[in-house]
Amino acid sequence: MTVFIIRRLMQTAVVLAVMSLLVFVGVFAIGDPTAILVSPDSDQIERDRAIAALGLDKPLWEQYLYFLYGAFRGDLGKSFVFNMPALQLIMQRLPATLELAFAALVIALVAGIPLGMYAGYRPESPVSKTIMAGSILGFSLPTFWVGLMMIMVFAVQLGWLPSTGRGQVGTIFGITTSLVTLDGLAHVLLPAVNLALLKLSLVCRLARAGMRENLLMDYVKFARAKGLSARRVVLVHVFKNILIPLVTVTGLELGNLIAFSVVTETVFAWPGMGKLIIDSINNLDRPVIVAYLLVTVSMFVFINLAVDILYSILDPRVRLAEAKG
Amino acid sequence: MKRSYLRGLAGAFAAAMISVALPAGAQDLTIGLGANVTSIDPHFHNLSPNSNVATHFFNKLIDQDEQQKLMPGLATEWKALDNTTWEFKLRRGVKFHDGSDFTADDVVATLKRVPWVPNSPSSFRIYTQAITAHEIVDPYTIRFKTAAPYPLLPTDLSTIFIVSKKHEQSPTGDFNNGKAAIGTGPFKFVEYVPGDRIVGARNDAYWGKKTDWAKVTLKLITNNSARVAALLAGDVQVIEAVPATDHARLKTNANVSLAQIVGNRVIYLHVDSFRDQTPHATDKAGAVLPNNPLKDVRVRRALSKAINRPAISERIMEGLAIPAGGVLAEGFFGSSPKLKPDAMDPEGAKKLLTEAGYPNGFGLTIHGPNDRYPNDEKVLQAIGPMFNRIGIDTKVVTLPWATFASQGSAPNYAYSLMLVGWGAGTGEASSPLRSLLMTVGPGRGGSNRGRYSNPKVDELINQALATVDDAKRDKLLQEATEVAMADVGLIPLHYQINVWATRKGLTYKPRADEYTLAMSVSRTN
Repeated sequence: MTVFIIRRLMQTAVVLAVMSLLVFVGVFAIGDPTAILVSPDSDQIERDRAIAALGLDKPLWEQYLYFLYGAFRGDLGKSFVFNMPALQLIMQRLPATLELAFAALVIALVAGIPLGMYAGYRPESPVSKTIMAGSILGFSLPTFWVGLMMIMVFAVQLGWLPSTGRGQVGTIFGITTSLVTLDGLAHVLLPAVNLALLKLSLVCRLARAGMRENLLMDYVKFARAKGLSARRVVLVHVFKNILIPLVTVTGLELGNLIAFSVVTETVFAWPGMGKLIIDSINNLDRPVIVAYLLVTVSMFVFINLAVDILYSILDPRVRLAEAKG
Repeated sequence: MKRSYLRGLAGAFAAAMISVALPAGAQDLTIGLGANVTSIDPHFHNLSPNSNVATHFFNKLIDQDEQQKLMPGLATEWKALDNTTWEFKLRRGVKFHDGSDFTADDVVATLKRVPWVPNSPSSFRIYTQAITAHEIVDPYTIRFKTAAPYPLLPTDLSTIFIVSKKHEQSPTGDFNNGKAAIGTGPFKFVEYVPGDRIVGARNDAYWGKKTDWAKVTLKLITNNSARVAALLAGDVQVIEAVPATDHARLKTNANVSLAQIVGNRVIYLHVDSFRDQTPHATDKAGAVLPNNPLKDVRVRRALSKAINRPAISERIMEGLAIPAGGVLAEGFFGSSPKLKPDAMDPEGAKKLLTEAGYPNGFGLTIHGPNDRYPNDEKVLQAIGPMFNRIGIDTKVVTLPWATFASQGSAPNYAYSLMLVGWGAGTGEASSPLRSLLMTVGPGRGGSNRGRYSNPKVDELINQALATVDDAKRDKLLQEATEVAMADVGLIPLHYQINVWATRKGLTYKPRADEYTLAMSVSRTN
C-alpha cells in the first residue's frame, strides 16, 4: 500500500509539471493579457509599464522558470487582475464550491440510491418505470436550462427560495460554511439540486443495474435459503455489493462536481471557483489559470487515492490480494 | 378592545406584506451589477466597474453628472490662471470616514499614489501625467502646472479618486480588506467579497446630499439571465445592463420599472486604411489583393452605404441602440450635430466601387468579438450579407474578446475590418478622437486598430487639445470629427442605449457613463 501511494505521488508530480508547462504555453498562444487589461485610453508608454509590472516583458522560458522557482516555495504567483496571490484567491472561493459540491453529492446519493435500488428490486412496477424515465430526463436536460427553470418557478413565481448568490455563513468546527445557517441552506438548495440532477440520475441507474445483477447471484439465493428476511438480504448484503461501483463513480464525479460546476455557478451567481476560472480565462489571468489547474489535478489525484483505499475497506478480496502481493 | 386587537393584526399583516415587497428592510438596497470588480483600490485598475464601485466610497475633485458634464466634487471651483496653470478651490469641512479633515495634502498624496500602485495592470497615471508641478497655496487652494496648455485637466481629474494622505503608501490589499478604504464618499466601506459582493453603510457625516439607503449591497451577477431572474425574484431591487432579449418582457411586467438613456459608447467598424496590402482583402479566388482596396475612401464610403443601420438598431439591438454617424452621440461635448448616419444605398455603393476600380467587388473577411458588446456577433453576421449585396464576398469570423483584442491591436494588427466599441470615459469627443482616429504615436492613436492617419484630423485634434477656451474647443472637436467622417476614418454603426430595471416603487436616474450608483436610486413615493 505504501509503495502504491508513493508511486502515485511521483506520477502526480510529473503530471503537474507537464500540465503547468502546457498551460503556460497555451495561455501565451491565446494572446497578450495587457491587450485586455490595459485601459483602451492608454498610450504605449502605459502599456509598456503594465507589461513590465506583470513580468510579461521577459521571454517565455524565463517567465516559466521564475514560476517554477516560486512554485517550489509554495508561491504560485500573483493574479494579474486582482493583485492577490493566485492560491489565496482560489482558497477563498474553495469553501463555496466545496459546500455546493458536497450538498449536491449528498442529494444525489440520498435520493439516487434508494430510488435506484427500488427500481432494480421491482423493475416491472409503474413507479420504477417512472423513476427510470425521470432519470433519462435528468441525463438529457441541459443544466443551464434546468437551472433557469428552477429559478423561474421557485424564486420568481413561487418566491420560496432566493435566486442568486451565497447566503449568510456560519462557523462550525472552525469551518466557515453556509450549510449551518437557515439563510445559507435556502441559498444552497436550488443550485445544489441543479448540480445534483445529473449525478442523481447516474447514481440511480448504477444502483438499479447493481441491484438487478446482484439479485441473481448465488450469495443472494444462499441468504434466502438460510431464511434471512428479504429486507436484510437487500439492505445489508446486496447493498454492500452495489456500493463498490458506486464508490468508483462517485469519486470521479465528486472531482467533476468540484472542478467543473461552472454552469451552475454561473446561473446562480455562486461565488465559487468555477466562476473564477471562467473570468480568469476571459482575462488571460495566467497565474490563476495555472494555479487553478494545479489545485484541480491535485484534488483528482487525492480523490482517486481515497477511492482506492475505500475499495479495500469495502471489498475483502482487494485486501486479500494486497496482503498476498 | 377587540377592535384594537384586530387593527393591530391588520397592521402586523401590512407590515409583513411590505417586508415581502422590499425584503431586508426598506432602508437596505441591493443592486445587481453586470461586470466583475477587481479591486476596491480606486487607483489599482483603470476599469469602469471598479470606478463605479469606488464612487460609493470615494470622491473626486470634480464629479461627472448623469450626462457626464463636469460638476463640483471635492473642489468647489477651478479655473485656468493662465494657459498652463490651474487653480482648484477645495471644499471646506469635508471629513474622511476616519474623522480626519480633507485638505490639499490629501490631493497631493493621491497624485503621488496614482503612478506608484505596484503591479497595476492599467494605471490612472495617464490622467495625472499632464501635471508637472503643484503648489499648495493654502490648505484649501491648490495649483497645478502643466508643461503645455492642457484644457482636459479638469476632465482628466474627474477620473481620479481622492484617498487620505495616511494611505498614500497603502498597498491594494489594504483597500480590499477595508483597512485603507477610507474615503469621503456617501457610503462607508463595510465588506468586499471578491466575485460576490461589495457592502457599504451610509456615511451620516457626508458633505453632500445624503442617500436614502442605510445599507447598500452591490452583488456581482455577470450572467444576464441570472441578473434578470434575481430582479424578478426580488433578491435585488435594481439591475444594470438589461439585455435586449429581456427588455420587451420586463416592459410589460407590472413589478418592474425601466430607465434608459443614450450612452457614451459607439459601436463601429475599424478599417485598415494603412497597409498597402491588407491580409483579409482578397480577390474572389481567395488570393490577397496586391493593393489594399480599403485605402480608397470610395471603397470605405461604399461599405458604409451598404449597411442598413436602422435595421440593426431596431431588429438586432431590439431598439436599444440608435444609428450613428459619428463617434459620440449628439448632446455630448464636441459631438457634431451635422453628422447624420449614412443611409443604406446599395446602388450608390456599387457605383462607388466601380469608380474605385472594383466593379465586381472583392473578397473580405471581417472580424469581431462574440462576448464583449451586446449582440456583437449577431450585428457582424447581419453586416456580412449587406456587404455581399454590393458584390463584396464577405466572410464573418467572431472570436472571444481575449483572443480578438490581442490579435487585433498593436503590434499584431491581424485584421482588415473589425467590429469594436468605444465608450467615451471623459464624456467628450476628444476621447474617441484621440484614441481611434489620430495617427498612431506617443500618447495618441492607442486604440487606432485600423491605423487611420489624416494630417488634417491630427492637426485639428492637436489644436483642440491645446485650446483652453471651451466654446472654441467644442468647435474644433466637431470639425475634426466631420473631417474624419468625410474621409470615413472608421464606419460608425450605432450608439448603445443603457437600460436599468428596478422593482416597482423605485426609480433610477439613468447615466450616460453606464455607472450604476446607489445614490441615483430613489423611492417614487
